[in-house]
Amino acid sequence: MDRNQTHRNRKRALKTLHFIALFATMSVICIPGLWIVLNSFRPTVEIMAKPPIWTPTFTLDHYRAMFSGAGEGGVPVFSYFRNSLIVSVVSTAIAILIGMSGGYAFARYRFKGKAGYFVGLMLFRAVPGVALSLPLFIVFAKVGIIDTHFGLILVYVALNVPFTIWLTDGFFRQIPKELHEAAEIDGCTRWQAFWKVEFPVARSGVASAAIFAFLTSWNEFALASQLTRSVGSKTMPVGLLDFTAEFTINWGGMCALAVLMIVPALILTFIVQKHLIAGLTFGGVKG
Amino acid sequence: MTEVNLSKVVKFYGKHRAVHGIDLAIHDGEFVVLVGPSGCGKSTTLRMIAGLEDISDGEVSIGGRVVNDLPPRERNISMVFQNYALYPHMTVRENLGFSLKVAKKEETEIEKAVDEAAGILGLDELMERKPAELSGGQRQRVAMGRAIVRHPDVFLFDEPLSNLDAKLRTQMRVEIKKLHQKVGNTIIYVTHDQVEAMTLADRIVLMQDGYIVQVGTPLELFNAPVNTFVASFIGSPPMNLIDGTVSGTDTIKLAGGLDVPVPAAARGQVTDGQKVQFGFRADNLMPEGHAVQEEGEKANLELTVTLTEPLGTETVLFTDIAGTEVQAKMLNPRPVRPGEVLKFRLMLDKCHVFDANTTEAIRG
Ligand SMILES: Nc1ncnc2c1ncn2[C@@H]1O[C@H](COP(=O)(O)OP(=O)(O)O)[C@@H](O)[C@H]1O
Ligand SMILES: [Mg+2]
Repeated sequence: MDRNQTHRNRKRALKTLHFIALFATMSVICIPGLWIVLNSFRPTVEIMAKPPIWTPTFTLDHYRAMFSGAGEGGVPVFSYFRNSLIVSVVSTAIAILIGMSGGYAFARYRFKGKAGYFVGLMLFRAVPGVALSLPLFIVFAKVGIIDTHFGLILVYVALNVPFTIWLTDGFFRQIPKELHEAAEIDGCTRWQAFWKVEFPVARSGVASAAIFAFLTSWNEFALASQLTRSVGSKTMPVGLLDFTAEFTINWGGMCALAVLMIVPALILTFIVQKHLIAGLTFGGVKG
Repeated sequence: MTEVNLSKVVKFYGKHRAVHGIDLAIHDGEFVVLVGPSGCGKSTTLRMIAGLEDISDGEVSIGGRVVNDLPPRERNISMVFQNYALYPHMTVRENLGFSLKVAKKEETEIEKAVDEAAGILGLDELMERKPAELSGGQRQRVAMGRAIVRHPDVFLFDEPLSNLDAKLRTQMRVEIKKLHQKVGNTIIYVTHDQVEAMTLADRIVLMQDGYIVQVGTPLELFNAPVNTFVASFIGSPPMNLIDGTVSGTDTIKLAGGLDVPVPAAARGQVTDGQKVQFGFRADNLMPEGHAVQEEGEKANLELTVTLTEPLGTETVLFTDIAGTEVQAKMLNPRPVRPGEVLKFRLMLDKCHVFDANTTEAIRG
């Protein structure tokens, strides 16, 4: 009886601790985002106020200003959004196609120097993007693709391919090779066996790789800020800089644009999420 | 007519030679079982027939057509894998119909073929389920259904039962045999389990280290093993083997001092002083009063029982002849305690002699 009681108490205490730890972690992750959203709806005086004002006033001024003409603190939101969308979607699609092919090859085929290639790819990921910005700038300027969608897409594809290979390699590795063999015996070519059997089974893996690639491109700032400069090619993260003047920063406006940047990413994640959770459905083979 | 012919088939994995030029002719409608210990090259051989592995050298033909360079889809074969390899994202119905759909058959035709296969294997209740929602036995059945739907020339099975528990295995074994009787196709079946091989095969192909050791009906392999490997692989318990030396022309002196006459089949084939292994099955060493009554030469032995394995209709007795552990069988068993001394009869006509150096059988 007593033992039962203490056992139950301990269980309850553990549960509480668990909850607190979870809450603390989530706070660290969420509060900055929340702060951005809140500030985008507050007048600048309140944002800058010292001591802070705890009862916020609601205003849409920052959004209104952002969408208005250039003279009144407006920025070309639609252009930036379109640039971001084009660059992210195209680079993600290409990176997934290349990365998935690579991941599949690493998972299924034996070839000389396989381990070496793999480590090489991972090492490439270890180079900080910023370190590449100057060489890239020079090369791109020489070739004449600076300040273009194409240039940025090229960079993001290169950035995303190694990670995509690594991720999809893991997913394809988990699919037993007997699945494509069975499909080939059932009348498929190697190519059909991939698209009709292996790809659908690895779909969730590919979807998560795509999400990662998209978010990387969507949020990337360091390289984009070097390689783009005109309204025709600047992406949203670079657009945030429009709110900094020589001596002042328009925090409210910056936050409003940041919110516009976060929302599509959130929506996309929600859409794809159910594929991620569904995970790989095995059972086709004996576990 | 679908014969399968292997002629000097070799498989190299890099420098490692997994299959050493095997020759094998499989007749139309025959149930052939490739059996052997793990790693002996059974799967490799089967996969070369299926087209899943390149053939390094030699020739494979199916139905008189050389298939060395044909992809699996052009060989008109079906294969059941050890892990079943069902398509996890498709329902049972879609799994069964997949090959016909790939072949762009009419919907109605697919439906008919799928329903027929489902009927044969009792899958009707499961058609809308995904593989993950099936038990091991059911998955096995779906895998077999998928194989029969397209009426292939040859069925290939690679250890299809080894993931099932013992009871289900026996049950599915019977179903596979029934299936063969019903559809009558050529079947090539791989297993490491000699019981499966004995019970299923029209002909057994026993392999070792990438070579074929012996080909024959189950009874041929059981009664006339070509060497000690076959003798100890086929049959349960394995054949008892005792070292000995031929003395004169008709006596074998076993290690430990026991003398036995040279079995009739080997008489005149042995030479004085030849080192041999003397072999007999547990069924041919039985205690008096619990033995099969049979004519023929017998030797009487008094042996101490060290261990018993009661199986119901018979009990396996472990004992010791001249320092070598041997197994005997007791019919209509009575309880036997370890340490008990019993009078045994050894059926000399049924004994085998193997050359100790080559391990090959000495037989007229
Ligand atoms: N893909 C492979 N690469 C290299 N060696 C292999 C491969 N597959 C099988 N082997 C080798 O070939 C031999 C025969 O294998 P296998 O045919 O699978 O044996 P079994 O099916 O009789 O157990 C083994 O020694 C195994 O290690
Ligand atoms: Mg095998």
